[in-house]
Order: sequence, then structure tokens, then C-alpha cells
Amino acid sequence: MLKRRITILAIASIALCVFITLVVMTVHNGIVNEFKGKNHRFAGDCVVSTDSLVGFTYYEDFLAELRAKPFVFAAAPAIKSFGLLNQPGSDINIGIEITGIEPGEFSRATGFGKTLYYNRLQPQDAFAHNYDKNLPGCVVGIIMMQGGTDKSGKYHHSSFRSRYEFSISCFPLTAKGALAKMSTGLVNSKTFIYADDSHTQIPKVDSKMIYIPFHFAQKLCGMDGPDKRVNAIHIKFAENTSVSEGTEKVKALWQSFLQKNDDKKYANLLQNVTVQKWTDFRRSSIAPMEKEQTMLLMLFIMLGFITVFIIFVVFYMIISHKSKDIGILKSIGISAISIVNIFLAFAFLVGAIGSLVGAVCGWAFVSKANDIEAWLFEEYGWQLWDRSVYAIGAIPDQVQINVVTLIVISAVAASLLGALIPSIQAARKTPVEILQVNQL
Amino acid sequence: MDTIISATGICKTYKLGQSTLEVLKGLDLSVNEGEFVAIVGASGSGKSTLLHILGALDKADAGNVRYKQRDIASFSQKKLNLYRNGSVGFVFQFYHLLDELNVLENVLLPAMAKHGTIGWFSHKKSIKARAMELLHRFGLADRIKHRPYQLSGGERQRVAIARALINQPKLLLADEPTGNLDSETGNGILKVLEQLNGDGQTVIMVTHDDNIASRGHKIIRLADGKIV
Ligand SMILES: Nc1ncnc2c1ncn2[C@@H]1O[C@H](COP(=O)(O)OP(=O)(O)OP(=O)(O)O)[C@@H](O)[C@H]1O
Ligand SMILES: [Mg+2]
Repeated sequence: MLKRRITILAIASIALCVFITLVVMTVHNGIVNEFKGKNHRFAGDCVVSTDSLVGFTYYEDFLAELRAKPFVFAAAPAIKSFGLLNQPGSDINIGIEITGIEPGEFSRATGFGKTLYYNRLQPQDAFAHNYDKNLPGCVVGIIMMQGGTDKSGKYHHSSFRSRYEFSISCFPLTAKGALAKMSTGLVNSKTFIYADDSHTQIPKVDSKMIYIPFHFAQKLCGMDGPDKRVNAIHIKFAENTSVSEGTEKVKALWQSFLQKNDDKKYANLLQNVTVQKWTDFRRSSIAPMEKEQTMLLMLFIMLGFITVFIIFVVFYMIISHKSKDIGILKSIGISAISIVNIFLAFAFLVGAIGSLVGAVCGWAFVSKANDIEAWLFEEYGWQLWDRSVYAIGAIPDQVQINVVTLIVISAVAASLLGALIPSIQAARKTPVEILQVNQL
Repeated sequence: MDTIISATGICKTYKLGQSTLEVLKGLDLSVNEGEFVAIVGASGSGKSTLLHILGALDKADAGNVRYKQRDIASFSQKKLNLYRNGSVGFVFQFYHLLDELNVLENVLLPAMAKHGTIGWFSHKKSIKARAMELLHRFGLADRIKHRPYQLSGGERQRVAIARALINQPKLLLADEPTGNLDSETGNGILKVLEQLNGDGQTVIMVTHDDNIASRGHKIIRLADGKIV
């Protein structure tokens, strides 16, 4: 029976179903994970922050408390504000987001260091440059710096960093939330020199963000008074602490910190502060993706059903075809159970071979997909998706063992089910009932 | 002579939508060991139906069939399988060989089913020898590796007879074994059956041809759902 063409077709159809499901699920899982990974790297594990541009005070005390805890690997303060960017000699101003950081500490708390190009290996020097020593350096979002990638999705850097100057202006706010310089012209401006660029792979960030040294940012934003303020503290937990566990601990810590400081002058600013896991902190960015994911999940469930159904039909048809044989086997006294077992064994073999072939092909295809795509691009200039448009660096190629197992098990189960129903049906009839229908 | 199989009051009715078709209407029959019985009747008179009921391939609506004094309606599934497998050998009008298997495998199949996977290995040699002997006797010794579709009708029918005989059943039931064959080939098959009967095999053969029926010791005529 295994040599028959119909059997080969059954194996091929199961292999194809398994192949498609595996490839689609791997690619989708990969994209979601990659996207989440980017956001995780961007935010760190946990963020203590306020939405208010005024920021919050007494952060140094809280930082000290955090850093004393063994479950905290790193904690870094950040100034976040909005401003205008102007290149000297031009009268075009563009709106930007400013983040003020101590690059070394910030890189320990988040993946910032890995987004750099020149100073990837020494993120503490992210703002170092070879030009005017009186001017501080800045790190510019890569899309803002270069506009976009070439068609192959690459950004280009020369080993020599030309001198670019950026003048950054923002509106400083007092601790009470008033504009600080009512009398003197409202804005603070400062010129920075391009030192590096940052490629987080999150387009919204890479196209708007400029990182500048912490104390310059604090000063620009008017947060450097006697009661210094920041907008956020990014935290990375120690290896053995999970994100939710660590976040709960930080929340408790923050509650007691609130109580200790509730008689202080700017205690009200602490009221607006929230402690969030990175997933909550990046909610607005992740939520659309998750919505899309539930929709895709629906599609997958449908795809799964279709696959199972196809496999079911394949077996149903094979065995319906074989019902004459079932009649013959019954007429020579072979028991119904043995007959069902024969077909189940057959289905198991076909299902197992088919899904293994499909899984292996899918695995091979997924892990070679990037090479294949690169080759097609080089040879024919053909690209699956334009890297300058989509924020995807590479086709995901991490096949998850549990996904493979799930798919293979479902395929084999579908094969068995598809074989079970018609063979039981046939085995329950008397031999003549089966044979008469088929002799015509 | 002992009675090997007997049927009393067999009724069989087919329902076709609104109408019912009474094929067998309280039929009685008895066959002794060693007999060669021919059942004759017009087409559609219920010969095949009767033979199927005797071979436990179909169920009667009323009446009972006794094989060696035991009512086969009282058999459990397991006993019923044993009966189909070892007590009777059935030769179908349309051969009903398995296309996936070759001639030898088709003949061996009932023996494999009888002994099970484990028993099969200890009996393999003697059973194979018997199968070869049967095939040799029927002039098929050089066709054992052929598939059923590579054989002529007469050859297929002989394979089917060999399969029916492999477990040495006491009773051979043959439904128009010559029905699809030319008279010469059919004659060959009849000779085989006569030979077997000569060796003591009980044979019940169905035919609609009086000439062929005359080869039996006893002719049972079926008309209007009864024996006349
Ligand atoms: N499954 C069935 N459903 C309905 N009617 C049936 C069925 N099987 C047989 N019949 C009818 O029962 C009658 C007897 O059929 P059977 O096959 O026993 O005839 P037969 O005597 O063997 O005829 P032939 O010589 O043509 O083989 C026929 O009229 C047939 O149409
Ligand atoms: Mg008939």
C-alpha cells in the first residue's frame, strides 16, 4: 500500500501542509519576537517615569536605594523632553525628542549601547568626538541622520566622522510647571556635535530621537535647580530576577519612598510617577502589534483547521477507496479491530513521514530564507520586501521546537482521525454490505 | 453421513425506499459432509444471498443456520471471525482478490489472519508449503509473484479457490465460480472442484446453468424464495 501513487500524494500533501504552517508560524513568531525584543532593549526591564514634562524630584535618593538592591543590575536616570533642532546656517527647524543620559549607565540599564555604530563597544564614550572640545556631543537617531536605508536595508558609515553641528532648543519648565524664562526669551539653546548615531530599529524612535549628555539635558530643560528633576529611571534586573517579579519589588520600594518623602516640598511631583514593566511602558507601540497578532492568530487557527481538514480528507478518500479490501479482509475472518489497526498503522506511517518531511523542508527553508533572498537580490535585484520601507532587518529564522512539535503532532493526529472514521465505518458493516457496493 | 450445515426458515428482505423485496421466504436446506451440492435458480432468485448467509457474510432476517449443530447467530464476533476464517472457504463470483498483494500473498492471507503475527512465524514453512501445493495443483506454480490484475479470469478464480482452501475448511462455498469464464476454462474450475470433492471436501456451488449443476451430486433449485 505504501508504494501506491495515492500514498505518495498523501505524504506530499501532508508535507506541504506542515511546511506551510511551519514557515508561516516561524516567520510570524520571529517578527513579533524581534519587535518585542527591540522595544525591550529600548526600555530596559522596568521604567519609573512620569508623563509630565516637569519630571520628578529626589530621584537621586531613589536611585541610591535601587542600586543598593541585589535584584537591580543597573538603574539609569533619563531626561525626556521635546525640542527643536536647527543646523547652523539653515533656518529649518524640526521637532525632535530629546533624551538626556549618562551613556555608560544608561547602556547598562537598556540596550542603548548596542544601537550605536562607532561606540558600540565603549558606549560610555557615546558622546565623544574629535572636534571643538567646548561643545558636547550628541547621538542622533539613524533615520534622522541618514534619511533611510538603501534598497538592501543597509545604512552606510564612513570610518571618518564629518563635523555636523546641531543646535537644540527647548522650553525649560520650573518645578511648578511654569515656563522658566518668562522674562529672558523663553528658550534654552545649545549646540551639539554629532558623535554617533543610534539604530534601535524602531522607526518612530530612530526618526525623532537625539541623545545628549545628561547634565546638559537637565540644564536645557530647566531641571537642574537645587531640587534636580528627571523624567524617568530605566532599570535592568539581575540575571535571576524576572521582569514581573522585579517590577513588583520596585513598586513596593516606590510606595515606601513616597511615604518617606510625603512631607517634602515637591512631594506632589512624585504622585504622577508610575512604575511599569517594559511591556506596559511601550504599550502604545506594542498594542497595535498585539492587536494584529490576535488577528493573525485567528488566521492561524483557520489555517490549522484547513490543514487538519485536508489531511483528514486525504485519508478519508484513500480508505473509502479501500473499502472493498476491507470487505475482503472481513470475509476471510479478519477482525474489525485488526482492520482498523492496519489502517491506523498506515495512517500513522504516512502522517509521520509526511510531517517529518514537511518539518525538515520547512526548517531548511526558513534557515536558508535569508540566503535565498540575498541571492535573489544579488542575481536578479528582486527583493521580497523593500528594506527601506519595512522595519524588518532579516527574515526570522529561529524555528521553535515547541511549534514544530505541535504542528507535527497535529498532523499525525489528523491523519489518524482521518483514517479512523472511515475504517471504523467500514469495519462495522457486514462483508457483503461492503463488497456489493464495490463490485458494481 | 453427518449434516455439516443446515438452514431452517431463512428469510431475507431488502428494503428499497418504499417497496420491499422479499428474496428468501422461509427457506430450508441441509447438506451432508462430503456432498457436492449445486444450487440453481434464475438470476435474481437469491442464490448469492443464500450463500452469503451460509458463509456468515450476511445476516438473515429470520431463521437460523446451524454449522455442525451450532447456531451461527449465537456466535460472538470472535467466533464468527473464526468461522469465516477456518470453517468455511468462500469463493466469490467476482474473485475479490487484494490487488496490493501478489498471488502467493493472497493465498496466504487467511492463514496469516488465523495464526496472528507471532504464530505466523512458527507455522510459516508448513503453510507456505501447503499454499505452493495448492497453487501447483491449480497450475499456478509459475505465477506466484504476479499481481491479480496480471492474471486471466480463470487464473484469478483458481487463486481465489486456493485462498478459500488454505485453512483447510470443512465447507467450501463457491458463488458462480464459472460465471465469468468461457466454458472450457469453467470446465477446468469444475474439475478442480470435483477433484477436491473426491478428496472428501464438502462443496456448495451456486450456478444458474443446469449443465454445470448436473455435475453436483445433489441439485437444489431455488425459485420464489424457496427450494422447489
Ligand atoms: N443490498 C441489496 N439491496 C437491495 N436488493 C438487493 C441487495 N442485494 C441483492 N438484492 C436483490 O436481491 C435479489 C437476489 O439477489 P442475489 O444476488 O442473491 O441473486 P442471484 O440469484 O445471485 O442472481 P445472479 O444469478 O444474477 O447472481 C436480487 O433481485 C437483487 O436485486
Ligand atoms: Mg449471484
